[in-house]
Amino acid sequence: MADSGSEEIAVIGNTDLTPSESENNLKNTMVEKGTNLLKRMEINVAEAEKRTGKNAVNMQETYTVYLIETRPVDAASEGTNPVPDSLWRRYSEFELLRNYLLVAYPFVVVPPLPEKRAEFVWHKLTADNMDPDFVERRRVGLENFLLRVASHQVLSNDKIFYSFLTEENGWKETVFETGFQAKADSRLKALNATFRVKNPDKRFAEMKHYGDELQSVISQLLRVRARAADRLYGVYKVHGNYGRVFSEWSAIEKEMGDGLQSAGHHMDAYAASVDDILEEEEHYADQLKEYLFYADAVRAVCRKHELTQFELEMAAQDLTSKKQQREELATGTVRTFSLKGMTSKLFGQETPEQREAKLKMLETQIEEGEELVKERNTECDEYVKSAWVDIERFKEQKDHDLREALISYAIMQISMCKKGIQVWNNAKECFSKM
Amino acid sequence: MSDPVVDNAVPSGNSSVAIPTDISGQILDLDEDDDLEVFSKGTTLTEGSSFNASMQTSPASMINQYKFEEEEGDADTKDIFVTVDNPESFVTAIETYVTYRVMTKTTRSEFDASEFEVRRRYQDFLWLKGRLEEAHPTLIVHPLPEKFVMKGMVERFNEDFIETRRKALHRFLNRIAEHPIFSSTDDFKIFLTAESGELTSHKKQGPSFLSRMGETVKAVAASVRGVRNRPEEFTDMQEYVEAFTQKIGSLDKVSQRIVREKKEHLEELKECVPIYTLWSQSEEELAEPLKSMADCLDSCCKETEEQVKEHNDLLIPALHEYVLCTETLKAVLRRRDNIQADFEAKTEALAMKKADKDAESKVLSLAWDSLVGRSPEEVKQQRQQKLKGEIKEMRDELDKMEDRLEWANNALKSDWTRWQKVMRTDLRSAFVDTAERNVNYYEKCLAVWESFLHSQRTEAEGNGKVDCS
Repeated sequence: MADSGSEEIAVIGNTDLTPSESENNLKNTMVEKGTNLLKRMEINVAEAEKRTGKNAVNMQETYTVYLIETRPVDAASEGTNPVPDSLWRRYSEFELLRNYLLVAYPFVVVPPLPEKRAEFVWHKLTADNMDPDFVERRRVGLENFLLRVASHQVLSNDKIFYSFLTEENGWKETVFETGFQAKADSRLKALNATFRVKNPDKRFAEMKHYGDELQSVISQLLRVRARAADRLYGVYKVHGNYGRVFSEWSAIEKEMGDGLQSAGHHMDAYAASVDDILEEEEHYADQLKEYLFYADAVRAVCRKHELTQFELEMAAQDLTSKKQQREELATGTVRTFSLKGMTSKLFGQETPEQREAKLKMLETQIEEGEELVKERNTECDEYVKSAWVDIERFKEQKDHDLREALISYAIMQISMCKKGIQVWNNAKECFSKM
Repeated sequence: MSDPVVDNAVPSGNSSVAIPTDISGQILDLDEDDDLEVFSKGTTLTEGSSFNASMQTSPASMINQYKFEEEEGDADTKDIFVTVDNPESFVTAIETYVTYRVMTKTTRSEFDASEFEVRRRYQDFLWLKGRLEEAHPTLIVHPLPEKFVMKGMVERFNEDFIETRRKALHRFLNRIAEHPIFSSTDDFKIFLTAESGELTSHKKQGPSFLSRMGETVKAVAASVRGVRNRPEEFTDMQEYVEAFTQKIGSLDKVSQRIVREKKEHLEELKECVPIYTLWSQSEEELAEPLKSMADCLDSCCKETEEQVKEHNDLLIPALHEYVLCTETLKAVLRRRDNIQADFEAKTEALAMKKADKDAESKVLSLAWDSLVGRSPEEVKQQRQQKLKGEIKEMRDELDKMEDRLEWANNALKSDWTRWQKVMRTDLRSAFVDTAERNVNYYEKCLAVWESFLHSQRTEAEGNGKVDCS
């Protein structure tokens, strides 16, 4: 596993970053990380389009497809600009890819997809999946997802991922051929089962707890933020009423007319400015949402550790009990209550031949058991090692990204304040001419 | 209802009670609205002329005085300063009410001294306003704060309510002091200077309640009659007032709505703060920026709170006062119309009388007169004399009414211009102030976020994580 401690490019430059600029910065950060894949290839989700077609139950449905463009890196630098390779994928295919990755790399904190349905919406945004703003934000989210996968040292080498980007037809079949579906089902079952682990790795337990807290805190934040956005929208829009009344009032005044009229225009401008402000805030919300879903991915990794640990403990427990049984059989003592003991008491001891046969069976089982325990132990150790590496990588990424998000939020607030100062200074000038 | 047995002026250092936080329902309190003191029959309200000595009754000289005084309205030449402050609640066995300290500093010669301090209650302000309106029905008196705000359970003794009222009373008196006519009335002088006993007895000298009732009845009758030939400029004024009423009402509503929305936004913003703080507790590297974020939001909340309070204290009351003004303006225009209607009615009556006289001279009512033993000629002479006398009386009265109407019209015209100027100044400064405060608010928030940004950048640099190129 290559180390991910490479120098990160400053995303902090001027104070006037637009959302698209900060997106580019994030992209650049990931690209600079320098996986082999990204060294070779540029990845974009360039467009979105509506399609209609028949679905699995032969009903007409409308859905959106996204254009994935890939372009060899060298070509761009050479100055020639060849047409990129491209293919269309819909959201469900992205989901399929991700589910595959979850199963194939259980020790990786797999990057999340943008939300399936719009949640934490404030009133102006609709929860409609067909809404163009939603589609646009989803496009950005999908691109982000692909870049995150492409910049992951392990995930970027995956063949299925590569063919997702490059082979339009037959990709689905290829995925299913890996047989991951069966594993996916059993994985899901296992992850949702309740079981108690005796000796979990403390770090994983803490990390799981952290994942819970992160999820809770971000959900709360998103909920409150949506309500606050609603209110802010109200404040700004009501100022538009000032604009209307000033303009009407100016019609009946002589000297005050001009000042009122021009002040009214500024009030209208102020009211209109909230749309841009809230669009930028939505970008912040999206960044938070990504980590809300990441929290889930982290929890899954920790859960998987618990599962492997549990299976190890089960195997060890089984081995111990088998060894105990052997001992009892060999020495003829019944230490613990058992059905065997009871039946032998009731129906008499077994014959030496039966005992011999049983002993032999137990020996085999014990041998197998020891093998299993060794296997599981190795599995567990390896899992802990590789999962922890990825968790450390995740932590660093999270710290960096969220700090950047807070900074861009501050930048956005600064821009909002500057606009406010400008509008009200202008209004003040107009008012003083009243 | 009898006179309140209480002393109106509260000299400093007596046993008046400072405002407790909640004394509602403590004592049977007389409604401050009551002003049913029955005055003894004194001077009845004469048409047009006021009942204090310093008023000049000739319209011409009145107009001159107006114009003259309008030009000297600068702050530099202000020779009287009035403040209303120090509200205190006054408790007696019968009632509880609030008194305000009214302080006057002046260099005017008609005042006996240069400084005065008295205590007045809302009723007294109401009385003063009433007197000024009666004396000058077509001059525009600045509105008083409302009698009782029926918003929910606002008590008359609620601190905010009293403070809002005090400020409005202060503005009211200052407007009166700035008004060229009002500020030189006896009533105003007495209001500012008289000790409570003096004031009470002066109040009694005013027109009786009954005579004021009569005036109201006459006014109603006149308004029913209607005006025939209203001069165009007054119709224009009417239209303006109607439009202005609408606009100012809308502005009042819009401003209140903005304050409400801001308050609600503030509530949501406040909720964010503990969430960021909570979050910072489960982080390591991010703990500091998250805590910082919480602090920034907290500061912004405080600034928003301050901004909302300022709006409430300045813009809202200013707009509200002009909403109240529209009622005054409508009343003034109505009263002017009534004066004209009265005049028109009288003119008609005179014309009819004259017609009577002319007709009379042609009629011979021989039968009756011979019955009572008077010669037709005698009777005719007597009748003509009587009619002539009546006509002369009517004409004299009509002349007076014409004067009164002309005076009322001119007074209104001058005061209208004056009012428009004052309105313009008041609303302009209210909006300019509001804009300035908004700029201030954004500047403060800007500083908060810029320092956050700065601290995050220097922190990141410090950790060697940033390549600042």
